[in-house]
Amino acid sequence: MNARYLPYVMILPVTLFLCVFFIYPFVLVAQQAFSVDGSWSLANFQEVVGYWKFPISMKNTLLLALAVVPVQVILALTMATMVTKMKTGRDIVLYIWTIPLGISDLAAGIIWLAIFEQSGFLNSMMHGLGMVDRPVNFLTYQNPGIVFLAIALAEIWRATAIMLVILVAGMGLIPKEYYEAAEVFGASPWKRFLRITLPMLRPSLQTALILRVILAFEIFAVVQALGGTLFPVLMGSVYEYQFDLLNSGAAAAIALIILVISIGFTLLILRALRVPKGATI
Amino acid sequence: MSDVAAQTPRDTRSAGRFLYVAGVVFLVAWVLVPLYFLLINTLSSPDAVNSFPKSFIPEFDMGSLQFFAGFEGMLGALWNSAVVAAITMVISITISAPAGYALSRFHFPGKYLFRLLILLTRAFPLPLLALPLAVMFIRTGLDDTVFGLALVHTTLAIPFAVLITYSLFSGIPMELEEAAWTLGCTRVTAFTKVILPLILPGIAASAIFAFVISWNEVFAAAVLTIENRTLTAFLLQNLDTSPLHLKFAGGFILVVPALIFIFAVRKYLFAMWGIANR
Repeated sequence: MNARYLPYVMILPVTLFLCVFFIYPFVLVAQQAFSVDGSWSLANFQEVVGYWKFPISMKNTLLLALAVVPVQVILALTMATMVTKMKTGRDIVLYIWTIPLGISDLAAGIIWLAIFEQSGFLNSMMHGLGMVDRPVNFLTYQNPGIVFLAIALAEIWRATAIMLVILVAGMGLIPKEYYEAAEVFGASPWKRFLRITLPMLRPSLQTALILRVILAFEIFAVVQALGGTLFPVLMGSVYEYQFDLLNSGAAAAIALIILVISIGFTLLILRALRVPKGATI
Repeated sequence: MSDVAAQTPRDTRSAGRFLYVAGVVFLVAWVLVPLYFLLINTLSSPDAVNSFPKSFIPEFDMGSLQFFAGFEGMLGALWNSAVVAAITMVISITISAPAGYALSRFHFPGKYLFRLLILLTRAFPLPLLALPLAVMFIRTGLDDTVFGLALVHTTLAIPFAVLITYSLFSGIPMELEEAAWTLGCTRVTAFTKVILPLILPGIAASAIFAFVISWNEVFAAAVLTIENRTLTAFLLQNLDTSPLHLKFAGGFILVVPALIFIFAVRKYLFAMWGIANR
């Protein structure tokens, strides 16, 4: 075969697949959102935005992302720094820290339900310490703060691992000479972290943040397992419109809103953490 | 060391050391303890799961797991999950590995555009695309089938599979392949005899990654299947009505493959992401 065409032959299957199952449905979802009974209309958007639950789910989704993602960045950076210094037991610690990477959001929600439910382990612990006489029902309307905390903890527990992996891989690419040079000139460990690690880690941070932020807007199963209807989120409304209300136009409209927010944040992160030309390792 | 007032640099260093070890131990516990709680609940009888206060040691009773296995439709859902994940794994690696190879070995016009398409796929809330696909599948007869769902999951797995295989192929020097050519191999035999044996464990690791992505996916599975639910979709649908011990046993069954898989791919996890970053 002519070597000039070979690469195209090799990328053809994936490209075709993505055209059919990624680009085409994307066009379809836009079409569905912007039309009612076959004609162009904004009625779907008016309906979903006007629904009383919409501002709450929007606020909840954004607040959750705002609470979870920064904690995850700091936690992942801390863990990655700890790992690079580790001499013994590095492999086993890394394995344990990356376990949540393979755990589904639904399973993570169920795991934290075991802790926060009425006969759960938090109650048992508090009972054992004599703090409560009878089990408290944490996950109710009366405790919106605890519902939020439980969901945020489950998300932090589950999804920090993906950032950790990306950051550890990124730190491995930073040349050791930079640190040696900084040490020679008397830079403290903290200074080295601020002046070498963080700037050199920018491409990895970018990738990690984009992945995480997009997944944060997609949050769904964790919330279903822990809060159910107590804590409406955007993705939950998509599901509700599709199944309970059987209104796929409205579901598509919210889907499109989530897409737009995600793309907006992706561009924002790309811009904020852009790597200057010629400054790559 | 007990004399805090007279701190020498050595004391601060050992204090720092203590803080460091304590931090590592705390973070290890942070990951493991919730998993241990799930294990206790799974290995306890339904009565123990619903009682209060809870014991912090499992009683090794199979009651919850038996209830799980006997629950109407549960084993079918488990089987569907495995089949969907297996199909996803096969399709995504078969079509992604050649693309990863092309990206690592050739410079061709349009390469940048193709990479952009792949990266764009990753920067997208893909499960949402299950909504229009549900309509498309009804038209083509793929609705409520494991194969239809596997196609959607393949879209989720492709960006990872392409970037991971790309980084794996990039790790093997071009010279190796060229040496094989000069020794009388064709492009194909050089690939099968030299590159493939080297790359196979890595390919297996990325295949496992694709399996896990599909196994764990909830939203698209819940949207696209009705009768043939996967385990995640089945558990999600029954969250409101199912008893606690069923949820915990189900959660446990969801977690077990993840534990094994992450263990199997742990060596590749970081190599996979090293270049996939760029």
